Amino acid sequence: MIEDLVALARVFAYLSLMTLGGGIAIYPELSKLVVDGHGWLTLPQLDYLYGVGQAAPGPNLMIVSIGALTAGLPGALSVLIAFVGPPALLALVVGRVWSKLQGRAWFVALQRGLTPVSIGLLLAGCLTFAKGALTGWTTVLIGAAVFVVVLRSNINPAVMVLAGAVAGILAFGLN
Amino acid sequence: MNDESTATRLAKIFVAFLVIGATSFGGGVVAHLRTSIVVKRRWMDDKTFIELLTISQTLPGLKAANLAMLIGDRLSGAAGAIAAIAGICLPGALLMYLVGVMYQVERQRPLVEAALTGVAPAAVGLILATTAKLGRASLSCVADLMFVALTVVCVNRLHVPVPLALIGVAVLAILWHAFTGSPKEQSV
Repeated sequence: MIEDLVALARVFAYLSLMTLGGGIAIYPELSKLVVDGHGWLTLPQLDYLYGVGQAAPGPNLMIVSIGALTAGLPGALSVLIAFVGPPALLALVVGRVWSKLQGRAWFVALQRGLTPVSIGLLLAGCLTFAKGALTGWTTVLIGAAVFVVVLRSNINPAVMVLAGAVAGILAFGLN
Repeated sequence: MNDESTATRLAKIFVAFLVIGATSFGGGVVAHLRTSIVVKRRWMDDKTFIELLTISQTLPGLKAANLAMLIGDRLSGAAGAIAAIAGICLPGALLMYLVGVMYQVERQRPLVEAALTGVAPAAVGLILATTAKLGRASLSCVADLMFVALTVVCVNRLHVPVPLALIGVAVLAILWHAFTGSPKEQSV
């Protein structure tokens, strides 16, 4: 049990620092370690959990399920802390240094250079996601409608997601 | 958020992030964070939000968790950071714990599948609109639009690994801004 917890924490602390550019970036390494390496779960299980994690609210915390499958609640907690902790600490430190550097000429250039890349990464992630989400004219219509409404108002995003769910049930669920 | 006790302030931060953690279905947490923190509660402006978004995108980790941490820290120091990250992670972590425990029981349900088929494109529209709003608030010249496009092309068309694309385009963009020092007033 203790060995499992240590192994889980080690694997996920390592993976947490490999997630540059978003959670999906570690997927190949994740499956190599947890499926091939430790045999904690199968690849179809991993794919399924990723899908559920994407659909679940908040950040994708599918890794918690891997911990729970392997070692119950202690496993889930050790994975959560190992995976979220190290990058969060790093972010905290960088965030504070960042605000101290405000206003210096080279830092203004750095920040203004990073901003379009940051927006670009957001857009790139959205387009990747869109490939799986926009599967026909109905889904394109839903996406376009939400885009227009959100662009022109400050509506609560949860309302739009709920509207998407209702539209999905009406379009695909009532056969 | 000035004239209130630390405990009240931390509770408010925790609740704000807990609500986002529980309602931001189908991705696009950044959109939910912006609406809640910038638009609804006015705890910070778009400029600061983008600054923190940029930091969270430049570093490893789950973007939403890091962004929550950074916003919490700006609002109320380390305790605020912990309140924010705990709030945003709690609902999803609890749900995924239950999914892990009940894995064998949980299987396809047609109505849930249908709902998710509608939620996914809604999330696309949501993220796209938020990206457009953030772009409008932060990009200052045509060159910036080129850097946005270059990032997208590198990642989606040329399949450059994200960390490499990030560093590559960032170096170009930083050098551009360092040498041109293009005025902030010009807006696109």
